[in-house]
Amino acid sequence: MLCAAVSILTTLGILWVLISESSMFFARVPLSEFLFDTQWTPLFADKHFGILPLVTGTLLTSFIAVFVALPIGLSIAIYLNEYAPRSFRKTIKPILEILAAIPTVVYGYFALMVITPALQNIFPDMAGFNALSPGIVMGIMIIPMISSLSEDALYAVPKSLREASYGMGATRLQTSFKVLVPAASSGIIVSIILAISRAVGETMIVAIAAGQQPRLTFNPFVPVETITTYIVQVSLGDVVQGSLEYQTIFAAGVALFLLTFLLNNISYFIKKKFQEKYE
Amino acid sequence: MNKRIDINRVKDIAFKYFGICCTLFGLIMLAVFLLSVLKEGLPRLNWQFFSSFPSRKPEEAGILICLLGTIWIMVLTAFIAVPLGVASGIYLEEYGKKSKFASFIEINITNLAGVPSIIYGLLALEIFVRILGLGKSLLAGSLTLSLLILPIIIVATREAVKAVPGSIRDASYALGATKWETVWFQILPASSGGIITGVILAISRAIGETAPLIVIGAMLYITTVPTSPMDDFSVLPIQIFNWLSRPQKGFIINATAAIIVLLAITFIMNGIAIHLRNRWQRKVKW
Repeated sequence: MLCAAVSILTTLGILWVLISESSMFFARVPLSEFLFDTQWTPLFADKHFGILPLVTGTLLTSFIAVFVALPIGLSIAIYLNEYAPRSFRKTIKPILEILAAIPTVVYGYFALMVITPALQNIFPDMAGFNALSPGIVMGIMIIPMISSLSEDALYAVPKSLREASYGMGATRLQTSFKVLVPAASSGIIVSIILAISRAVGETMIVAIAAGQQPRLTFNPFVPVETITTYIVQVSLGDVVQGSLEYQTIFAAGVALFLLTFLLNNISYFIKKKFQEKYE
Repeated sequence: MNKRIDINRVKDIAFKYFGICCTLFGLIMLAVFLLSVLKEGLPRLNWQFFSSFPSRKPEEAGILICLLGTIWIMVLTAFIAVPLGVASGIYLEEYGKKSKFASFIEINITNLAGVPSIIYGLLALEIFVRILGLGKSLLAGSLTLSLLILPIIIVATREAVKAVPGSIRDASYALGATKWETVWFQILPASSGGIITGVILAISRAIGETAPLIVIGAMLYITTVPTSPMDDFSVLPIQIFNWLSRPQKGFIINATAAIIVLLAITFIMNGIAIHLRNRWQRKVKW
C-alpha cells in the first residue's frame, strides 16, 4: 500500500528536475539578469534572459481572466444560493460545470476564431493575436470554479446568521452582501486564488490566441507571450538537449512553479486558518 | 423611511435579474461556442475524415492516427493511474489515518493538484523521455498523464471510501474478517460508484490535455498507425492545435471538425460520470 509514495516521488521528481536543469541555466546566466532584464530573446542571436516580459504577459492574461470571472462567478454563486429555486440550482450547476470540462485547446479555438473577430469589430486596431481575447475566454473557463467554490462557502454559513439578518428586515441583497459574503469571505478568497493559479498555469488558450512575442507591456491589444507559451514554443522547435535554449524552459518552469506554488499555499493557509470560525 | 425600504426592495429585485443574467451569460457563451463549432465543422465530418492519415492538403487530411493515439493513451493511462490512485486513496483513508506520513502525503497531494500541467510535461521530458529513454512514445505520454490525474483519482477514492459508514466496517470485523478482506469485499464494492465516477472524470481530463504532451515532444505529423506502447504518437488535441496554427482555411475547418469529435468524447464521458453519480447517490441508503 505504499502506492501513495508515488505522489511524493512525483513532487520530488518535479523539484529535482526543475532545480537541476535550472541550476545549469543559472550557472551561465546570472540571476540578476533573469530577474531584472526587460527583454526575453533566448532564441535570437542577441540573447537576453529577462523573465519580466513573460511574467507580465502571464499576469496580464490572468488579471483579465479574473476581472471577467470574479463578478460573474460571484453573482452566480449569490444568485444560486439566495435567490434561485432549488430545482433551478440543481439543474444549472452541472451545466455550468460543463464549462470547466471542455478541453483547453477548444477554448483556444474560441478565443482565436470567435472572440478575437468579435472584439476586432469593437476595437478595429487590435492585433489578431492579443492578450484580451484569451484573457476573456480564460475568464469564462474559470467562472464555474469561482461560482461553485464560492457557493459552497456561502452555503456553509450557519443558518442562524441568515435568519437573524432576515429577522431584522433585511432584503436578500443586504443579507447576501452584508452578512453572507463577509462570513464566507475566506472560502471566496480561496476560490479566487485557486482560479488565479489555474489561469497562471493555463497553456493552450494563450499559446493559440495570445501570440508568441514576449514584450514588457500591460496593453491588452498587442501580442504577448506567457511563461507557459514560451515552454510550448521551444518544445515545438528542434532544440538540442542540454543547450542553453533547452535549459531556459526549465528556468521558465521554475518561475511558473514558484508562482503557482505560492498561490496554492496561500489558499491552503487561508482555508486552514479560517475554517471553523463559526462552529 | 418608507422610501429607503422601497429603494432596497428595488435593488434586491435588480440584483435578482443581474444574477439571472450572469447565470445565463455562462450558458449563452456555452451555446454560442457549441453552435459556432457545429456550424463550421459538422459538414466536414464524414467517413473520409475519420479514416484518413494526416496530409498536406486539408481536404485529404483525417484524424485516424490521432484518434487511435487518443484511444491508446486513454487505455494505457487508465491501466497505470487507476490501480495506483485507488490504492493510494484507500491506503490514506483506511490504513494511514492520522499518521504523520499520511498527513504529509495529504498536503503533498493538494499541492500536486495545483501544479500546472505543463510542469508535468517538463518533469516527464527529463525523467521518462531522457533518463528512462522511453522517447516520445505512447508509454511516456501515458505515464505523464497518469501522474497528472493521480491526485484527482486519489481525492475521488478518498471521498467515496469516507462515505462508507463505519457500521459496515465494524460488522465485517465482527465476523472475523481481516483488514484486507474488509477493504476488498466490503469497502471497495460499497464505494465503487464514487470511485468509477472519479476515474471517468479524471480520464476525460487526461484526453483533453495538450500542453504536457507537446512538451515531451509528441509528434505533430506522423503517418504510421501506432501498434505498440513504444510507438510515436499524436493525439486529437495536438492535431487540433497543429491545424489551428496553420493559415489555410481548410485546416481551420478540419480543426473544428476534430473539436467536435473531441468534445463528443469528453461530453459522453462526463455524462456517464454524472449519471453514475446520481444513481449511486440514490442507491446508497444505509
